[in-house]
Amino acid sequence: MLGLELAYWQQALIKVGAVMTVIPLGALILGYVFLLKMMSHMQSRLGPMEAGPHGTLQLLADAGKFLQKEDIFPARSDRTVFALAPVVVMVSTFLLYLVIPAGPRLIVEDLDTGVFFALAVGSLSVIGVLMAGWASASKYSLLGALRAAGQLIAYELPLVLAVVGVVVQAGTLSLQGIVHAQADGEMFGFGGIGNPYVITQFVGFLLFMVASQAELTQTPFDMPVAESELVAGYMTEYTGFRFLFFFMAEFGSAFALSAIAATLFLGGWYLPGVNGDLADYLGPLVLGGKIMFVAFLIFWFRFTYPRFREDQLQTFAWKYLIPLSLMNIVATGILKVVF
Amino acid sequence: MTTTAPASEWQQAAYIAGQAADGRVNIEIETEGMSLNIGPQHPATHGTLRIVVRLDGEQVVWAEPVCGYMHRGYEKLLEVRTYPQVNTLVNRIDWMSSFANEVPFILAAEQLMGVEAPERAQWIRTIFFEMSRIANLTLFLGDMGVQLGALTPVFYAFRDREHVLNLIESATGGRFHPNYDRVGGLKEDLPKGWVDECKGVMRRVRDFCDQMEDLLVGNEIFQTRTRGIGVITPAVALSYGLSGANLRASGVDWDLRRDEDSPLAWKHTEFKVWTHPDGDSFARYWVRLQEVRESASIIDQLLDGIPAGPIMAKVPRIIKVPAGEAWCHTENPLGEMGYYVISQGGLGPFRCKVRTASFNNISILPWLLRGVYVPDVITILASLYFILGDIDR
Amino acid sequence: MAELPGVLKGLGVTFRTMLKPAVTVQYPHVKEAPPTRARGVIALKEENCTVCMLCARECPTWCIYIEGHNDKAPPRREGGKPRTVNILDRFDIDYALCMYCGICVEVCPFDALFWSPEFEYSEVRMSDLLHDKVRLGEWMETVPEPPALEVGAVTKGKK
Repeated sequence: MLGLELAYWQQALIKVGAVMTVIPLGALILGYVFLLKMMSHMQSRLGPMEAGPHGTLQLLADAGKFLQKEDIFPARSDRTVFALAPVVVMVSTFLLYLVIPAGPRLIVEDLDTGVFFALAVGSLSVIGVLMAGWASASKYSLLGALRAAGQLIAYELPLVLAVVGVVVQAGTLSLQGIVHAQADGEMFGFGGIGNPYVITQFVGFLLFMVASQAELTQTPFDMPVAESELVAGYMTEYTGFRFLFFFMAEFGSAFALSAIAATLFLGGWYLPGVNGDLADYLGPLVLGGKIMFVAFLIFWFRFTYPRFREDQLQTFAWKYLIPLSLMNIVATGILKVVF
Repeated sequence: MTTTAPASEWQQAAYIAGQAADGRVNIEIETEGMSLNIGPQHPATHGTLRIVVRLDGEQVVWAEPVCGYMHRGYEKLLEVRTYPQVNTLVNRIDWMSSFANEVPFILAAEQLMGVEAPERAQWIRTIFFEMSRIANLTLFLGDMGVQLGALTPVFYAFRDREHVLNLIESATGGRFHPNYDRVGGLKEDLPKGWVDECKGVMRRVRDFCDQMEDLLVGNEIFQTRTRGIGVITPAVALSYGLSGANLRASGVDWDLRRDEDSPLAWKHTEFKVWTHPDGDSFARYWVRLQEVRESASIIDQLLDGIPAGPIMAKVPRIIKVPAGEAWCHTENPLGEMGYYVISQGGLGPFRCKVRTASFNNISILPWLLRGVYVPDVITILASLYFILGDIDR
Repeated sequence: MAELPGVLKGLGVTFRTMLKPAVTVQYPHVKEAPPTRARGVIALKEENCTVCMLCARECPTWCIYIEGHNDKAPPRREGGKPRTVNILDRFDIDYALCMYCGICVEVCPFDALFWSPEFEYSEVRMSDLLHDKVRLGEWMETVPEPPALEVGAVTKGKK
């Protein structure tokens, strides 16, 4: 992009570095803006104000605190699995970032099956969650982990099916291709703002948001962690930096799924009227703005709603979301053929 | 079968499911159900209540509350304290509505001594009684949200409860433990400007109720979580000795404020006793929400007509209660609270039995929790609304 | 107006609250003044104390420690007999035990004890919460005037 030809290993190093900085950064930004500040203001309070201007460094201070904590293993835990679980969750979050385009040429790996890859690695985290719950040797953790497994299976389907509508309309599985399809497309003969699928695939967008809320275990669907029932579920026994891993993975994957939603439905890095090299520089900012919008929705729901019960959630997924998403696919297919 | 009372269809179904789960666990798979200790340190138990449940998957097969982790020996303690000292102790029984704990005890002592507090003191007592009801129930209205996973309502509850506590503090000197009641009257009169301030706060309380209605009661998720969960039929409720909003939510129209002839000023006000026919968790929430509104209106009515006069009857400086027995109970925020005071003419009670609402309210748990899911355990615990100090005393 | 579904109404409530200013204050920087009647700390006016021990006896937690001795004071009138007065040697209140009920202030027959709304006297060590008579005397200057009473109250001649 800068006219440099780099060796493969150099490129790989840069990409790894980029991903490694984007995830903690994204997690920190989301954590600060939404968890600390937006939630506080929604609750008529200010939130942390002392660490740094307006409390901006609070999460760094928290991370410092977590790193100092003793690394506790429960007496009857399966030590290897217990230690590995947060890493598995973290890695699945890292992998999500590989396929999200931040500009016409700013992408770690432009896979032809980008969406497929993202959704597949996104559901890897449930393995880590199950490992954590089982290895903790705690009943609360076990309940939480099994809930998480049931929930993620139930909600993976509507998530994928909601995306299928977009894929059918765009005609490609590559995320970059989907952005281009939205940028070059036109709605009913009007191409001024491209064709952001949030309008033409509105049902799909709603389904995706609901399903990703469940995928992220955010509040209307946060039974796996359910603080008032299971005392943080599969994370109950974790302390120190392992807990920090879970925490970062939670916000990192919230960031990643917001990015995927922004890419699939809001046009990703594309801003009407910005083309060429400029798009490469502005792209990350535009994408960031759209991510913040989607994340705002996710966290707004989180801080407003009570949670469902596990069986109600399953009913909701299998009886309403999946039929609706199937109908959405059929409708998209018919419309695609007609127009 | 723990009861012979007619149960609702839902309860019967739950009971059968519980029995079936029990059989399945023990015979077919030949495994023991998982027993889970909810508490003594668990966020849903508001303190140190322990509930032992046996689970089949997420379904509760058997449950039993274990209380006493916070037993402070009140009844014994009261035997070695003088009447003014007892007053400071009893308002720590149900710490969310301290003033309401003082009133029945003081009434019992007054009854034994044959003194009657002046009219002005009775009105102010009633105002503070209803204020402690608001302070207590607003917290419930928010806390129920937290138990169901909604983080925000409890902050609104604390925000608006703060004004009520400030009012209590500016008049009595204590936010949580007013110690304002005296045998024969009150400690001191209201400070200037208090009445006007109180009217403003009551408006805020009503706004808070509207907000809760929008945020929780109207919310479809909240309704799916609470409707039909933990149904208590009127007969069962009565047989377990439930009282207060838990009883009224089962459709039993029973309120000591109206039904009992009390020296307090409720008889001078118009208020409605809210009941709900369903008897489920939603009904319990809804009834308490209406009760907060009703309390605000009672206070508004009383504020306009506080009679002038002294606040203290003529009582000796050292209070000695003649021998005798007295039973006094009032409709406290959590339910019926009463003191049975036996005096032998000493400086303090010879024996004092404290009847608290929460202890009876949670006695229904083994019956109520059978066959429900783990999240419903939390819903039911939250909606029964107990204060640990009120259970263990 | 058509009824909005409940899920949307709730979102409206949180969104509107977000736009309003917060109600909390940043404590160490901004302080809310407690009301004048607030039971913060007990102040001792030593010259009024007659070592009658009423407060120590009535205290439900027995957190007041008093010691005193008899002494001869010069007679009030010329040529009279010397009076016996009680001199206060020790007056300690253990705030680690105190439950702020205010009975001692109330029973004091000579107005030697007062409530002050000051509340910032937390200590690192528990033993430092034992305030002696010098420390209790220092609180005297923070004691406010009792507030005026509401309409309809009978004002007493005394106090």
